[in-house]
Amino acid sequence: MPEIHLPWLGLSILLPLIGAIIASWMKDSERAKLLSVVICSVTLLLACGEWADFALLPSFPLQDQGPLFRLFNLNSFFVVDEFSAPLIPLAALLYLATVLTTLRTKVNRFSFKWTLFSEAVLLATLGCHEPWLIILLLAVGVIPPWIELRKRRQSTRVYELHMGLCLALLILGQWLAGPGASASNPPILAGCLLTAGALIRSGICPLHCWMTDLFEKATFGTALLFVTPMAGTYAIMRLVFPIAPTWALQSIAILSLITAVYAAGMALVQHESRRFFCYLFLSHSSLVLVGLEMATPIGLTGALCVWFSVGISQLGFGLALRSVEARTGRLSLDGFHGLYEHTPFLANMFLLTGLASIGFPGTIGFIGTELLVEGAVDVYPMIGFAVVLAAALNGIAVVKAYFHVFTGTRHVSTVSLVCRPSERVMILTIVVLIIGGGIYPHPGVVSRYNAATALIKMRDAGEEAATEINHSAN
Amino acid sequence: MTIELLLHILGVVVVASPAVLFSALGLPLLLGFHLGEGVQATLTKTAVVAGFMASVGILGVMLTFGLRHVPIEFGNWVAIPQEHFHFHLKFVFDRLSVPFVILSFLLCGTVGAFAAVYLHRDRGYRRFFLLYALFLLGMVVSSLAGTIETLFFGWELVGLSSALLVAYFHERPGPVRNGLRVWATYRIADAAFLIAALALHHLTGAGDFDGLMGSGPWPYGVAAIDSTSALVVGLLLLLAAAGKSGMVPFSGWIPRAMEGPTPSSAVFYGALSVHLGVFLLLRVSPLLEVSLPLRIMVVLLGLASAIFGAIASRAQCDVKNALAFASLTQVGIITVEIGFGLHYIALIHMIGHACLRTLQLLRSPSVLKDFRMLENAVGTHLGVDTSGTSKPLVPSKIWLYRFAMERGFLDALLNRWIIFPFLSIFRFCDALEKRWTNLLSGGNSRESDGLAPYGDSLEDIT
Repeated sequence: MPEIHLPWLGLSILLPLIGAIIASWMKDSERAKLLSVVICSVTLLLACGEWADFALLPSFPLQDQGPLFRLFNLNSFFVVDEFSAPLIPLAALLYLATVLTTLRTKVNRFSFKWTLFSEAVLLATLGCHEPWLIILLLAVGVIPPWIELRKRRQSTRVYELHMGLCLALLILGQWLAGPGASASNPPILAGCLLTAGALIRSGICPLHCWMTDLFEKATFGTALLFVTPMAGTYAIMRLVFPIAPTWALQSIAILSLITAVYAAGMALVQHESRRFFCYLFLSHSSLVLVGLEMATPIGLTGALCVWFSVGISQLGFGLALRSVEARTGRLSLDGFHGLYEHTPFLANMFLLTGLASIGFPGTIGFIGTELLVEGAVDVYPMIGFAVVLAAALNGIAVVKAYFHVFTGTRHVSTVSLVCRPSERVMILTIVVLIIGGGIYPHPGVVSRYNAATALIKMRDAGEEAATEINHSAN
Repeated sequence: MTIELLLHILGVVVVASPAVLFSALGLPLLLGFHLGEGVQATLTKTAVVAGFMASVGILGVMLTFGLRHVPIEFGNWVAIPQEHFHFHLKFVFDRLSVPFVILSFLLCGTVGAFAAVYLHRDRGYRRFFLLYALFLLGMVVSSLAGTIETLFFGWELVGLSSALLVAYFHERPGPVRNGLRVWATYRIADAAFLIAALALHHLTGAGDFDGLMGSGPWPYGVAAIDSTSALVVGLLLLLAAAGKSGMVPFSGWIPRAMEGPTPSSAVFYGALSVHLGVFLLLRVSPLLEVSLPLRIMVVLLGLASAIFGAIASRAQCDVKNALAFASLTQVGIITVEIGFGLHYIALIHMIGHACLRTLQLLRSPSVLKDFRMLENAVGTHLGVDTSGTSKPLVPSKIWLYRFAMERGFLDALLNRWIIFPFLSIFRFCDALEKRWTNLLSGGNSRESDGLAPYGDSLEDIT
């Protein structure tokens, strides 16, 4: 397999790890934040370098033959392909944005060392192809939020039970699946176990309560970073998609669709802003899963586009909400807060990013949602209608939250609540991505279409290989 | 310069002028620059005049050269040729779109000039003009859309800007609640529209109106689908149109929109927004020709809306609400005309009604002031009812009066039978989830429910 020009992936994993070690020695949170910002910025540059390098090279997938992976003989496990290439910079952006927008009032609560550690683990997960290694990295990724919950003296039982079950199912499923599994020779029980495990990690209904619990008990930043990269969805694509038969994928799609509609309805009735965000995100991530499991080029392309757009827009939406929370404390959605006059920039960004996540025209999610709905209608017309219903409910929920947080009354404040420069820069970057991707979506869609066809080919190749093995065995 | 090139340039100006206006007003806001009122008003005036002149220019060229259908191609916005997926950007100037786009520029221009004075030194001046530019862009894109996806694009822009304009004076909960109601209604209409668009796409294999409605110029196209499909798709489009035009049972949003204190916002909803639904019906009129049951449904819905609007408008106690329901009556009649296939009459009726209503709605606040000035000058009350005590009403008339006064109880019925049951189900689920997480946690899992809204504020810390 050809290799990328520089060990971008290895460096982007190694750097946050080193940063985490250095940050753990630091006593001063301000300095730890500064270090984290630098590390996350360089990591983002490295991740972008990996994407650019990947785009420039004519053949793919590509291996990272860097010394880090050679040392542990992991070269063949870490591979950059069409599917993962843009997800790695997206994940790096998530971390940079969260770290950069952490205000001074919150630096003592937010652990920078564990955040950098999580970043390294997440980037490794997104660059990894080996099922066992993915499961191991998912297990390691569970640890930092758990430590934070313990430090905050919150009950960890909901989190432990769900994550424990998730990992147990993944391990058992992968053990039963074995190396020769494929879509034409599916190990049904193993596939079901793997699917169940990954779906729990994705927060599929009714096993989604860990997600609301995490948003309730952890810091907003940690919860945001744990769920927004959609590691569970990635696990489904790597562990389940290649071996599951089409009917099983479509069953997952229906489960995801139920979650999407349910979460959209739940977002409408929430009294508290974080839980509202959690359900909104859950609805969108479930919609991504709906498209991914359609296993058709259009549906898959739409889902991958929506994945990207939801990642960016929900990040912006979450950061806008987090920035407001940093100024006012936890926000109730029962009454009106009227913060518009104090933070018009955040208000506009809240609305823009919220609308971008529902695929509003002119934003990055518009074409992706169109493709997703079209792909869904191709398979089951009713699924397409339900996707539209979920999007409609999410749209109502976003504007309702905007009205409750920013309008309805006049908030009197004795201190300035205006946006800090770091927040402004980060949110503006996200806005540029949202609007830029909305106005000129073609390259993104073509890239995701290539990724979709590559995934389908990989699945078909697996089927053919399994058929050949069966013939030779007979 | 060839005629095609001239038309292309003019077409680009028509579409680009509101887009440029929106960018010119939005970008400084995003970057933290503050444009003065004068600059904003000038930008708005320039963009509207440019768009208006260009659209009139296109009309002139079309009339001079006898053209009836002028498509302006912008190519594929997104295309995946292998999957036969393309999002085609195409705008069409024909006998339907040209009058409507000229009307949009004319009325928006009037509103812009009015609002520049009316909102002088208002806190939300910039916000208003930004939303106004978005509204104008949505109207222009919807009017000229050559594909159903492009129409949906404009349709959504109009919906969002309308809802935010209804909630313009957002320091009070009333306008905000009304804005949310409008938005929720629009989202239902949008969902129906999107489903219809997808269904049409699948039935005909293309999103172009040419493919959907036959090759003939409007209104002589012949829809290329069977009557059953036309009925299903047509009903979805009728639902979308009913939501957007505030027809029965969605009529509750129009008076709510009118509660907004700016006469200019009243103009939007009394004169432009409410006609977008019937414009859609006119655009897809070849579809109606295919299915008789669909035409009957259109006529019945129009009749119901017209009768309801006529009854409700007679009992309203303020001028905006009375005008809102009077608008509904006219929209209902226009819908009936579309149902009967009287396309040109419906188009002329729509334009005439929009202009008349704009005049009324802009004049209504000042006419009251003038009336009081006249009374002060004369020194006595004018126009007092001298017919004596009114006759006692018979019970049926009392019921009718209550029905009209309460706007047909439609909002209450929607709340009771659709919204509350829907929300109750999810509240019940939320309560179940809370119990489940409490059980797993071994205690209270939602401490945030007990927190005061500003318990941990920066102000407390400082």
